[in-house]
Amino acid sequence: MPRLFFAFLAGGLFGTGLFLSGMTDTAKVQGWLDVFGTWDPTLAFVMGGAIVPMAIAWRIADGRKPLVGASFPKPAEPKIGRNLVLGSLLFGVGWGLAGLCPGPAIASLSYGGWPHWAFFAAMLAGMAIAPAVRTQLDRAVPAE
Amino acid sequence: MFETLPSDWLWGLTGGFLIGTGGAVFLLANGRIMGASGILGGLIDGSGRSNWGERVAFLLGVFALPLLLLPATDAVDTHATTNLPILIAAGLCVGIGTRMANGCTSGHGVCGISRLSLRGIVATVFYILAGGLTVALFRHLLGVI
Repeated sequence: MPRLFFAFLAGGLFGTGLFLSGMTDTAKVQGWLDVFGTWDPTLAFVMGGAIVPMAIAWRIADGRKPLVGASFPKPAEPKIGRNLVLGSLLFGVGWGLAGLCPGPAIASLSYGGWPHWAFFAAMLAGMAIAPAVRTQLDRAVPAE
Repeated sequence: MFETLPSDWLWGLTGGFLIGTGGAVFLLANGRIMGASGILGGLIDGSGRSNWGERVAFLLGVFALPLLLLPATDAVDTHATTNLPILIAAGLCVGIGTRMANGCTSGHGVCGISRLSLRGIVATVFYILAGGLTVALFRHLLGVI
């Protein structure tokens, strides 16, 4: 039960922050990516504002145990694999096309209208077929 | 050069602080990394079956809080495109890409960079690069977005 409460609290803070920061406005996100047009630096302020409390949290976590969880996640191996690079490039294309990434896509569902539901449905479909895409890619071009 | 008002930046900073605080709560309380694509994707492909309740509770918070705040604000225009093929292509790219890369703007961006994770930094550089090129191509050369 406490795990569910804290998960809801974290999600609520995340959703509130996305809403207030303007990151569910696709024009602001595309504006940040639009270096050849009227560049909008807001996203950099959002990132900066988010990284500060998160960096403090990582320091607090060091050598301790989570309040209700089992253990803190170990750092991933610093391996830059093909899937990380290709996946991030593909994600960036979709992000630029619609101005939406997964967090804001969920936060904006209640007020964004049908285009947000269309994007969300396609994103879920993409997530559903992603494991198969990965398998096919590994078969065609085995990773090192 | 800039057409946005500094008040937008202040809201960005404030909202960003709340986003980071959400990530801090999820880490320090539940011991989990706040990555939207991983939390949602684990429910979709079944890899997150063991802690589905926590995932649903988180997603419910993300969805519900903006809805509760809506009456306190002016009408929100998200300026989303109404071009259905673009929306579908974009959604598919984001869905497949974030699951292949194991993270998105929240997991790799906010949580990864704040931990100085090499993977998080590399992922962020690549998705911003691809996003910038996509907007340049589809907005300025093709004129479709």
